[in-house]
Amino acid sequence: MKYLLLICGDESRLNNGARTEAWAAYTNDLVASNKILGGERLRPTATATTLRVNGGNRLLSDGPFAETKEQLGGFYMVEAANLDEAVELASKMPHLTDGGAVEIRPIWPMG
Amino acid sequence: MNHLVLEGVNQTAEARTAIERVFRAEYGRVIASLIGSLGDFELAEEAIQDAFTVALERWAGDGVPPNPAAWIATTAKRRAIDIWRRERRRLEKYAALDEPAAIAEDHVAIYGDDHETLTDDRLRLIFTCCHPALALEAQVALTLRTLGGLSTAEIARALLVPEPTLGQRLSRAKRKIREAGIPYQVPADHVLPERLDAVLAVVYLIFNEGYSASGGELLTRGELCTEAIRLGRALLAIMPDEPEVSGLLGLMLLHDSRRAARLSAANDGPLTLEEQDRSVWDQAEIAEGRTLVEHALRRGRPRPYQLQAAIAAIHADAQTSADTDWRQIRALYELLGEVSPSPIVELNRAVAVAMAEGLDRGLALMDRPEVAGPLDGYRWLHAARADLLRRLDRSTEAAVAYTRALELAENAAERVYLERRLAEVKARLRA
Repeated sequence: MKYLLLICGDESRLNNGARTEAWAAYTNDLVASNKILGGERLRPTATATTLRVNGGNRLLSDGPFAETKEQLGGFYMVEAANLDEAVELASKMPHLTDGGAVEIRPIWPMG
Repeated sequence: MNHLVLEGVNQTAEARTAIERVFRAEYGRVIASLIGSLGDFELAEEAIQDAFTVALERWAGDGVPPNPAAWIATTAKRRAIDIWRRERRRLEKYAALDEPAAIAEDHVAIYGDDHETLTDDRLRLIFTCCHPALALEAQVALTLRTLGGLSTAEIARALLVPEPTLGQRLSRAKRKIREAGIPYQVPADHVLPERLDAVLAVVYLIFNEGYSASGGELLTRGELCTEAIRLGRALLAIMPDEPEVSGLLGLMLLHDSRRAARLSAANDGPLTLEEQDRSVWDQAEIAEGRTLVEHALRRGRPRPYQLQAAIAAIHADAQTSADTDWRQIRALYELLGEVSPSPIVELNRAVAVAMAEGLDRGLALMDRPEVAGPLDGYRWLHAARADLLRRLDRSTEAAVAYTRALELAENAAERVYLERRLAEVKARLRA
C-alpha cells in the first residue's frame, strides 16, 4: 500500500536548520530500504496562498487554508505492507523528538 | 445470540439450540480463522452470517452434524468464495486484485484440529481489534463482536448506545481496518509490550463498564463482566507466558467474586468492602484468581494488573473487614506507585495508610496538592476523604465532602450510597 506521511508540527521548529542532517539521514535510509516513492519539504506557511471559488469568482487569500497551531512542513510518500510498517517508517522522523507529529494517510488506489 | 439470523426461518428446536450453542462458543474462533485466511473482515462476517442461515435450514432437515463448528467454518469459506467472485464481477476494483490465498487454495482446510493455527488466528485478530489506530470505543465494540461473538443488538444494549450508532461504529472501524491497511498480525517484538497493554486495557474497560456501570441506572451490567472474563481466559490460552494476562484475569475474577455481595438488599447503592456480607463472595472465583496472581508474581515481573490483583487477593483473604492486612496493601500500593505512578494510585495508597497507620496520616496524604489537585473532579477522592472525616467524627467536613462527591456521582446507585452516608453524618450533627 501507498501512504502519505505528512510532517506536522510547529513550523518555526520544523524548519530550523539544526535538523537538516538528521532529515537527510532519514531520507537516505528510506531510499536505501527502497520504501520511498517521493517526498518534499515545503516552504513555510508565510509563503502559502489559498484559492477558493465563489460564484465563479476566484478568491485568493494569504496564508494556509486553515490557521492551526501546527503546520504541514513537508511529506513523504512511501510504500509499506500495512499501517504497522508505515508507522514504523514514520516513527524515525527527527521532528518527533521535539513535539512534532506525523499524519499517516493511505493513498486511494486509482483505477 | 444473533436474532437477525434466527428470525423468520422455520427450524426444529434441536437445530436452533445447536446453532445458538455453536454461535456463542465458536463464533470467535471461526471468524478468526476466516479472517486469517481471507484477510478481509467484512467478507468473513458476511460469509459466516450466511453459513448460519444455511445451517438453520439444513440442520432442521438433516440433523446436526457431528462437528458443527467445522461444518459452519467450511460452509462459510465456500460462501466467502462465492461472495468474493460475485463482487469481482460486479466491481471493477476487485478485478485487479489477486484472490485471497484461501480462495486460491481450495484444498486448504480452514478449520481443522490444528490448535496452533487457531491460536495464531485469534491472537492476530485481537491485536487487529485493539489496534490503537482505532478509536477506543470502536476497539471495545469490535472485540465484543468478533472475539466475544456478541450480536450488534447485545453490544448496543450492554454499552447503552442505540443499535444504529453501534452498527455505524462497527462498520466505520471495519472500513478503516481495510482502507488504512491495519494489519492482521502479531506486532513486532519491540512494540509488543505497548500493544499488549492496549489489548488488556480494552478487556479491562469492558469489565469495568459492567462492574461499575458509569452510565445508566444499573449497578452492574453483569454480562459485560462475564464476557470480559471469558475474553481474559481466551487471552491466557493464547498468551500463557505473559504474567500481565494472568494478572488481569486474576484481577477480574477477584473483583467479580464480590459482584453479588456489592448489591444491597435494600437496593441503596453499592456496598463497600466493609459492609459486604463476605459469605456471599464467590470462593471458586477467589481461589482461581489467587492462584493466577501467585503464578504471575512468581515470574518476577510485577506490573499494574498483577499488583492490583494481589491487592484484591489480600482483601479476599480477610475473614472480616477488621482482619484486612492493610500493611501489606500499603506496601503493594507503594510498589504500584513505582511501576505506574498516578494520582489515583496515590489516593489508594493514602486510604491504605489511613487504615494501617492512622486516619490522620491518610487524610494528610490525600490532601497533598499532587493528589487533591488533579483529582478535584474525581468523585472517589471526595468520597474517600468524606469517609475518613466521618470516621474521625469530623461530621461537618464529612458532610461537605459527601455533598461534593454527590455532585460528581455518575449513576443512581452511587448517588444512593452517598446520600445514605450523607444522611448518617447529618444525623450525627443534629444529635
